[in-house]
Amino acid sequence: MRPKYMRSPLIPEMATQEVQLNETLAHLKTESETLKSKLEEERAKLHDVELHQVAEKVEGLGQFVMKTRRTLKGHGNKVLCMDWCKDKRRIVSSSQDGKVIVWDAFTTNKEHAVTMPCTWVMACAYAPSGCAVACGGLDNKCSVYPLSLDKNENLAAKKKSVAMHTNYLSACSFTNSDMQILTSSGDGTCALWDVESGQLLQSFHGHAADVLCLDLAPSETGNTFVSGGCDKKANVWDMRSGQCIQSFETHESDINSVRYYPSGDAFASGSDDATCRLYDLRADREVAIYSKESIIFGVSSVDFSLSGRLLFGGYNDYTINVWDVLKGTRVSILFGHENRVSTLRVSPDGTAFCTGSWDHTLRVRAICSLI
Amino acid sequence: MTINTLAKGGSVFIILIVAMQDPDMGMKMRNQRLLITVIPMVKGVEFLLWFLTEALHVVLRPDETPYPIYLAKKNIRKQGERWNMKGYSLLHKRINHTWDFVVMQAREQLRASKQRRKADRIVLECQEQAYWLINRPPRGKNIYNLDPRCTTALNVYDSLLCVHLCFRPFCLQIETSKRALGRNRVKSSICLESFTKYSEQYQNHDPIMQGCLPSNPWISDDTAHWTMNSEMVPVPTRLRVERWSFSFMELLNDVMGRKEFMTYLEKEFSAENLCFWQACEDIRHGESSKIIEKVEEVYKNFLAPGAARWVNIDSKTMDKTLEGIKHPHRFVMDDAQMHIYFLMKKDSYPRYLKSELYKNMLAKAIVPQETKKSVFPFMRRQRHASPSPAQAASQTPPEGGRAKGAGQAGTNSAVQQN
Repeated sequence: MRPKYMRSPLIPEMATQEVQLNETLAHLKTESETLKSKLEEERAKLHDVELHQVAEKVEGLGQFVMKTRRTLKGHGNKVLCMDWCKDKRRIVSSSQDGKVIVWDAFTTNKEHAVTMPCTWVMACAYAPSGCAVACGGLDNKCSVYPLSLDKNENLAAKKKSVAMHTNYLSACSFTNSDMQILTSSGDGTCALWDVESGQLLQSFHGHAADVLCLDLAPSETGNTFVSGGCDKKANVWDMRSGQCIQSFETHESDINSVRYYPSGDAFASGSDDATCRLYDLRADREVAIYSKESIIFGVSSVDFSLSGRLLFGGYNDYTINVWDVLKGTRVSILFGHENRVSTLRVSPDGTAFCTGSWDHTLRVRAICSLI
Repeated sequence: MTINTLAKGGSVFIILIVAMQDPDMGMKMRNQRLLITVIPMVKGVEFLLWFLTEALHVVLRPDETPYPIYLAKKNIRKQGERWNMKGYSLLHKRINHTWDFVVMQAREQLRASKQRRKADRIVLECQEQAYWLINRPPRGKNIYNLDPRCTTALNVYDSLLCVHLCFRPFCLQIETSKRALGRNRVKSSICLESFTKYSEQYQNHDPIMQGCLPSNPWISDDTAHWTMNSEMVPVPTRLRVERWSFSFMELLNDVMGRKEFMTYLEKEFSAENLCFWQACEDIRHGESSKIIEKVEEVYKNFLAPGAARWVNIDSKTMDKTLEGIKHPHRFVMDDAQMHIYFLMKKDSYPRYLKSELYKNMLAKAIVPQETKKSVFPFMRRQRHASPSPAQAASQTPPEGGRAKGAGQAGTNSAVQQN
């Protein structure tokens, strides 16, 4: 004999409550969609000219030859991330085998090597002072290693755990000083941390899926950054308040890389949909798409040349495409890597750019001649 | 759920996992990309909601061990908390006719459990307690009248959960969209024009576009370019000095430019503006632990009435800042700093560019000769190492954690590396 009360629905009030909650959810959904389409309308109103039209009067670029000038060999597995030091010649790179190496790229010497306790170190960054590096990945943490020149000193011993996320760390970057780090993670959030205390200073919520990349704005006020995620959105955030100031959703797939235009008025993004796009922050819209029918593989990383005229994109089909930012055309295609290009950064003074690849190497390229 | 089921331990969870994946009553399963693989995933929030609503009558359908028996057992052992007792006595009133049966069952179960080992008994008790905490029969049309607090708490918790976690992404999106709608937008033609201007202005400075003098270090293996452009040189290059005129930020970002500007301001007796700005930058980007003392310093030197280097800020900003100083935080100086920054940008900076000081600098600046490409391109020059920034910093203690570049003046003592 089973008592009658055991078979009834849990709480009748709860059932109606459930219905109410579902209704509210649907209502919120429609409101969100309506606002989004209204926003698109407003943005379109002020769009009176295309970038390539404006760029018609600009002189075209000739062909130029870029050669690999340094090949850095030493990683035992896929290179996942790299960053330049402010001294324009040193590089930190991280790879899938858990190693983080600091190179003097000019002489190709390895200066420091750290073995992380986890594999897949997906993010690394050089501190502005050149005295430390930050890295992290599947350990869900971002750790800062002060660089010591004492050969006998074990770098790993001085490690400082700064950031803690609930999923993998996808990107990290120091802000203007060694004291603060900005991180993005697979748990869908970005966060700003104080290095000294490991305290969370601000967190940024708004992405609906993993956040894959971020970049700090080179603006006068130095208070904003952009992030791109698997929800196809690129969000611009105010570091101080934690609010999302602007949001752009025109990509058709995950955004793997975002980088600001040197003036800080725009940013470029590279995505798995094989396109790079340029978004203007004052016009509040996408202003250019860099794509070709023949390019079908996703972009893993993008960066601008110093003047912002060229956009370099590292692709999953092992090549690097160089785009004319203003005219929207491809200027050059570079080969050399034997596996997909996973990371690409132009050096701080713009003299060269470095690419890291799944073929275990890093290559530094510079222009050999301008025809 | 019988004691036997509970005794099996893990089976509760197995039932839960299976029910979760049920196509009708189960949860919405998603796929999460994990770099190279795809794994099934459920959101924690949704799991909790599902558990509170569906799971309790799908999975944990209590069949043989009703709640009253549990309460009876507790009463017999005198373990019941106060609020449970209230429910328990109400219960007693309601089901008087089956009371004997309940008590009998309770006694029986207690006797059976006594025969178990102590460890097992404790585990079972915990499991049972946990089970009933979740599966407490609700009030309403039931014959129970449990303590209103626990069911209300459950309802409130449930709705709070929904509101704050399930609805949150949409709420955030709506907020962002509303804010974005209120933005001022600039016409495309104006924005895009600025790109062409910027590219044109910087074209000569872009080594990839225009090459660099005397030569690109990566190509010629000659670090002369870097040596000539290092942080502090006696005579800067022309391109570098030209760049200071592009924007105020360019001037301030260059260490040498900043020093020159300071010299100029000193002549104009307005150097305290730049000093104040630098001190504020230090607060914003320095160590958290030193914020309070730094704010004190700034107040003493720049803001206090009669201060040695008093800065001229409008009264509204001054009041706001002074208020904020009472509870100092990283961004307390932001408004004042912004005010002084724009003051310098609009006033001192244009005058500096027209000044003799700048013009002399520009005239003195060197234009390096382009090194001729070597006749034998196969002979590689020796690549010298440079002192690591880490080493340079350990010799001179870094100040307040601000970015310090490495001193890279010509490395004569360099170790030869091949």
